[in-house]
Amino acid sequence: MFQPRSIQSSLSLKDKLFSMDYILILSILILGITSMFAMYSTDGGEFKYHTKSHILRFIIFFSMFLLFSFIQIRFWHNASYLIYIFFFLLLLGVKYFGISSSGSKRWLDFFVLNLQPSELMKIGLILFLSKYYHRVSIENINRLKFLFTPIVALIAPVLLVVMQPDLGTSLLIAAGGLVVAWLAGVKLKFFGYAFLSFIALLPFAISLLKPYQKSRILTFLNPDRDPLGAGYQIIQSKIAIGSGGLFGKGFLQGSQSYLDYLPEKHTDFIFTLFSEEFGFSGSIFILLLYGLIISRLIKIGNITRSNFGKLYCYSFGTAFFIYVAVNMGMVLGLLPIVGSPLPIMSYGGSSMMAIMLGLGIAMSCRIYKDTPVN
Amino acid sequence: MLSAGSGNTFIKSKIISRRMFLLTASKAIVVIGVLGRLISLQINERSKYKTLSDKNRFREWKLAPERGIIRDFFNQEIASNSQVYQIHLIPENTRKINEIFFRLKAILNISDKKISSLKKKILKQKPWESLIISDNLTWAEFARVNLFLHELQGVEPVVSIARVYKDNSFAHTLGYVSQVSAKDLKNKKYLKDIAVPGIAVGKTGLERKLDERMIGKVGFQRYEVNAYGKRIKQMQVDKGQAGESFKTTLDLEVQRYTTEIIKDKAAAVCVMDIYNGDIVSMVSSPSYNPNAFVHGIDRKYWNELINNDKKPLTNKALSGLYPPGSTIKTLVALSALENGVSKPLNKVKCTGKIELFGEKFHCWKKKGHGVMNMRSAIQRSCDVYFYEVARKLGVDRLSETAKKFGLGKKVLDGFNEERSGVVPNTAWKKKFIGQNWYLGETLHTGIGQGYFLSTPLQLCLMTAQIANGGFKIEPRIIFNQDKNNLKPLFKNQANIDFIKDAMFASSNEPGGTSYRSRLTDPRYTFAGKTGSSQIKRFTEEQREAEVKQEEIDYKSRDHALFIAFAPVKDPKYAISVVVEHGGSGSSSAAPIAKKVIKKVLERHNLRKSVNTLLGEKI
Repeated sequence: MFQPRSIQSSLSLKDKLFSMDYILILSILILGITSMFAMYSTDGGEFKYHTKSHILRFIIFFSMFLLFSFIQIRFWHNASYLIYIFFFLLLLGVKYFGISSSGSKRWLDFFVLNLQPSELMKIGLILFLSKYYHRVSIENINRLKFLFTPIVALIAPVLLVVMQPDLGTSLLIAAGGLVVAWLAGVKLKFFGYAFLSFIALLPFAISLLKPYQKSRILTFLNPDRDPLGAGYQIIQSKIAIGSGGLFGKGFLQGSQSYLDYLPEKHTDFIFTLFSEEFGFSGSIFILLLYGLIISRLIKIGNITRSNFGKLYCYSFGTAFFIYVAVNMGMVLGLLPIVGSPLPIMSYGGSSMMAIMLGLGIAMSCRIYKDTPVN
Repeated sequence: MLSAGSGNTFIKSKIISRRMFLLTASKAIVVIGVLGRLISLQINERSKYKTLSDKNRFREWKLAPERGIIRDFFNQEIASNSQVYQIHLIPENTRKINEIFFRLKAILNISDKKISSLKKKILKQKPWESLIISDNLTWAEFARVNLFLHELQGVEPVVSIARVYKDNSFAHTLGYVSQVSAKDLKNKKYLKDIAVPGIAVGKTGLERKLDERMIGKVGFQRYEVNAYGKRIKQMQVDKGQAGESFKTTLDLEVQRYTTEIIKDKAAAVCVMDIYNGDIVSMVSSPSYNPNAFVHGIDRKYWNELINNDKKPLTNKALSGLYPPGSTIKTLVALSALENGVSKPLNKVKCTGKIELFGEKFHCWKKKGHGVMNMRSAIQRSCDVYFYEVARKLGVDRLSETAKKFGLGKKVLDGFNEERSGVVPNTAWKKKFIGQNWYLGETLHTGIGQGYFLSTPLQLCLMTAQIANGGFKIEPRIIFNQDKNNLKPLFKNQANIDFIKDAMFASSNEPGGTSYRSRLTDPRYTFAGKTGSSQIKRFTEEQREAEVKQEEIDYKSRDHALFIAFAPVKDPKYAISVVVEHGGSGSSSAAPIAKKVIKKVLERHNLRKSVNTLLGEKI
């Protein structure tokens, strides 16, 4: 009944280039370049390790993003389960061969880089569930039998990540998965049940938490509880952002970060540093860039014909939004410090790789928007 | 595995889009939340966070200012500052506090008690503020610490300045400085911003009175520091301001001399310029070493001071309260003359005692003085004559005169330790004792006994105001050139002259109570009045047995008093001497006055030359 306009499995290069979303590409580029300046500032205004390595990673993974864009959407669809299983095996590998740092085991040593599979799993789970719900017929979506697979696919990696322990990333993985399920049409009541069973299991979960994680949550509830200990990060971050004022202290002039009052300034608190140096106007600039990227992702979802593509783009766009919102909420003192990087801006290869992979698949959805996946 | 028809796909796509719309709506709420937070932090509260950021960034180290110097009348420093060697510790700069203390203990011989109190102090102050471990090291100790400095992380050798008192003779008048106590912080508001480590505050005497002005303005060094407390760069330095220095009216030479004369006695001597109120000398004995307090007094010396019966820590000139004894007869006579109740030639026969309502009132001379008029009664200090005068005068009129001449109230301003004494009258007794006044008490009051209490400085002021012809002066110890506006205290100056003449007789005519201590050289001749104030009333048996003062135990002996002015022809200075438990005024107080008067008058021309020199400048 519905005749696709073009069923060609191979578009010409010109068509492909023509159908790319250049606003999205430009936004990512600008954000990437901005992040290089921010990184330069965290290095104290010198061209040092973090800056060099960040620039190199951006170049590599940005190229990877472009490359992935040209891979057929059908491939991504077909490979979804495999990709998920591959990432899951990597996560399992962390459990047995991972390297530890400051009390948690998150990384696999691949000589050239330390890979953090939990970051990749953020995308892996979205891919997996997009394909799954693409294929489940509408009548079956809310049948218990068909809920079993997604629940297992979500809980298994989340548990592995919680045990690393890495509360922040596990929550973000779960959030991505839940978004897909929600978009696919899983009834609200199941989310209600999931929430209730989560509450019921909470005491058990709390007993699994490390003392520092408990203290982080308590600190969020009352940052002044221990101003020199766990509350220190939130307080210093708020001071840095607030003192930035309307136009900031100027590039390389952020005293909070320059004098080391700001913790984790390369990674989780990169927004704080930028916001201190460029003020409210800088913050709005970053917010606009993210807004643009997310809206472009949603736009791609709108115009993609396949439900796989729609589910993926919407979910990834929403997950992307959640990553940004959680990070900002955290540095602004609205959420507990859970440790979540700001996409593209934060220093960190795995996070950059995962985001670029996600963006690449989305761009592929755009290029092959009219191509059926099966 | 599942067949997905086009219709199915289409419905699913609609569900997805509808649910996406809901998600987008909830995203908007989150965005508004983040934006709102940014606005609140970066726009509404930016100044608050700016301040907090600067507070992080800048750290100030306060610098103790140099305390003002106190000089005597001839510009000799009597309280000065000198270099001291100190050891400071910045707790933040050392990782192993206990180890440092252990090493310091071996190097400097610090007691465990001191160490535990230092450790408590560390907890109270900020980690970058320096803690003074030892504030007055000898050069040898200081050198030893410097030798081991490489293994004492966080320890800093510091050459600082501290108060030094050149002479113990000023101990009471100047007082002393010592470390700030919690009580000081509570009571002295000006210390609030000044209390930096190592600053000393005045605890007594002039040091306390002038503390606020002498302490100076605290300076600071402001540095930009990083999160680990490392100084990145110096932003600002304010060296503060040294405190105000003061010149006093005191004469170091006289002070030393007087201290030497009375060093074995519990005594006080005050010398005052009778025209401008300059206090030339104010000595309390025995003295103590005020330097001992500057760096924290050691227990042994402290115990020695507080267990000494002669109470070296009390400034007897200001806070010693003594019945004025016979020295008050000058005022009793004056009051009687001024009020017209008595005339100089009124005669009374002294038989050694009188009786009033069955109570016996004795004269100090058991055999009696015979027939006395007012002049001879003052000259020989006849008690019976003054019983009679006092009875006619009444205590209320006497107290009025006494208060006018400066008794019963504080003479100086701002000396915490000064006491006001008592000038009794009927209203006073009703108020403070709750009883009616008895006539017998008037008689005791008339010879300066009973409730009467005064300080040596009050007696000196009283004498000065008689000596200058009966004019009111404001005593002062801090040098200034304001003229006293001489307000007469008399109705008839002839009465004042009469009292001065009677005092001349007392010192310079045979039979006078201080005749033996007179100075015959007309340049130094003085006119005075002795006094002996009873501590314990003699029993009838003692009186019969004519017990001598030297025979009873020290604490029961009379206080010996003497007041005088000199030179007689052209009076310039007034003096008061009180010797606690000294026996009689004529035997123990007058000889001291004699020496001091000579010394003061010898230096008069020198003093005058300074005054004229300054006078010409203005």
